[in-house]
Amino acid sequence: MRAVPRWVRQLGKQIPLYVLLSLFVVFAAFPFYWMAVTSFKHEEDLIVGASIKEHVPYVFNKPPTLDHVKLLFTEMPYLKFVWNTFFIGALVAGITLLISVPAGYSLARLAGQWGEKLGMGIFLAYLVPPTLLFIPMNRVVSFLGLQDSIWALVLIYPTFTIPFCTWLLMGFFKSIPRDIEEQAMIDGHSRMGAIMKTVLPLSMPGLLTVVIFSFTLAMQEFIYALSFISSVGNMTISIGVPIALFKDVYNYGPIMAACLISSIPVAILYNLFLDRFIAGLTGGAVKG
Amino acid sequence: MQIAQKVPRAWWHYFWDRERWLGSLFLSPAIAYILLLVAVPFGLAIYLSFTNAIGGNLNAEFVGWKNFAKVIGEPVFQRSLVNTFIFTFVSQLIVLILAKFLALLLLKNFTGRPIVRFLILLPWVAPIALSTIAWKWTLDPTFSVFNWTLQAVGLQPVYWLSFPEPAMAAVILVHVWRMLPFATVIILAGLTSIPQDLLDASTVDGAGFWRRLFEITLPLMLPIVAVAVLFGIVFTFTDITVVRVLTNGGPPPFDSTQVLASLAFRRGIESQNLGEGAAIALFLLPMLVIVAVLMLRFARKTEVT
Repeated sequence: MRAVPRWVRQLGKQIPLYVLLSLFVVFAAFPFYWMAVTSFKHEEDLIVGASIKEHVPYVFNKPPTLDHVKLLFTEMPYLKFVWNTFFIGALVAGITLLISVPAGYSLARLAGQWGEKLGMGIFLAYLVPPTLLFIPMNRVVSFLGLQDSIWALVLIYPTFTIPFCTWLLMGFFKSIPRDIEEQAMIDGHSRMGAIMKTVLPLSMPGLLTVVIFSFTLAMQEFIYALSFISSVGNMTISIGVPIALFKDVYNYGPIMAACLISSIPVAILYNLFLDRFIAGLTGGAVKG
Repeated sequence: MQIAQKVPRAWWHYFWDRERWLGSLFLSPAIAYILLLVAVPFGLAIYLSFTNAIGGNLNAEFVGWKNFAKVIGEPVFQRSLVNTFIFTFVSQLIVLILAKFLALLLLKNFTGRPIVRFLILLPWVAPIALSTIAWKWTLDPTFSVFNWTLQAVGLQPVYWLSFPEPAMAAVILVHVWRMLPFATVIILAGLTSIPQDLLDASTVDGAGFWRRLFEITLPLMLPIVAVAVLFGIVFTFTDITVVRVLTNGGPPPFDSTQVLASLAFRRGIESQNLGEGAAIALFLLPMLVIVAVLMLRFARKTEVT
């Protein structure tokens, strides 16, 4: 009897695993597959009722087309949404960095016992959802005269990025050995100088994580943008595409193209930093 | 070896080296931001819920419990309250079961693991407002790809977003789809954090699979699973995006898939009735307080991991 090669046996053992996994993968990725198919489908191939059995919607029955993508970029304010999103995201990331880095450091190193309590307090601020705040925020925005201005979002988004990123950075700073800055201080640097010379360069991965998360959180935000932005020219991607571009079913080609083009880069970026994000959520502070 | 150079001391060292002073200085911008833009609006939410404030006008009169009394009597509110709980608990229960299962699958080593992980994480990492429109399109009454599939195999189509029950199922489906990767990743982190020595030692001592599951794996994982569930509850309970984009509260009759968050938006922002909107949103608070208390409990316990 010929022996079955080892890799075949290995593969055989893995088949049930792959079958089960592929069910999950199909469930998770189907909407994205559907975005891709819809984006490049010919209009006549797209708008076919579900009752026509002969027309298989899963594949291209006519050659793929770039019409929807062209329409999206030339006739629709999509690029404006992208620009607004980047503008807001970059400013929010900057503000978050400026405020969370010192706060995270302070909680990790300087604050001592009451630091733990304040850290918890800041974490609790993260649990106060936008859903409770968007109505009173309306007052704040009117008071500041920022109705329908992207500056309202620049001001408000740090309310959820700062607590989260401070918490995340606190864990990060705790994981850096104290000796390194103490050595720098013995060498004659001030505490501030020691931070600049030793701690910050060592925390680059943490700082980058903060930038990525502030950016993606700002990009995904929906309810504040929906509440305070009314003119199409000031909208971000996450409200512009579903609210301003969505008119009727005959519009799905360009909308799906917009969803695909906006989702995939964010997904890749976010995926790269996900482990840190999870560590932050599940108490990265105590893992250091 | 060169001895480190002595850096000349400047006057500002006096401040930079006083830890308490520097600690407060570093912390104060974050505290100020949170106080001004989280704590103050939160207080304002409570204040507004007792007034007849309307949008675009800064005057408001105190009306006592009137807003609360009014909204409690409305069928739309009752419906939204029930829906909020149904959507949250049904979706989180399904998520928990599927996530535990999926995490066990992902724990194994297999070829193509990074790409599988990426694909499974997509629902969590892509902007939810955008993926929800993709769901709306796949569930479209006329062009639904699911209905095509159902009809191709000889079944009746389901008009997902046209009738109350299927629409509720659709909202739950999207929530499950969205939260599953998140819960899976957290549970996976919990599973991998159980020391292998402990499992090995217990196996040597004669503990079987079930004994290990109930006496080691589950107790050690409880805190981290709790974190996954509690975050899941907060996200789903307060979510407005899925309902707003997928059904916009509909379909008729009544606001059959309306939740507290979307009703608060409709009342507070779209109808400009800030007082009633704030009152509706505040009904989310007791649940959030319970979750926060539990979370703090479990956050302390995760220190053992």
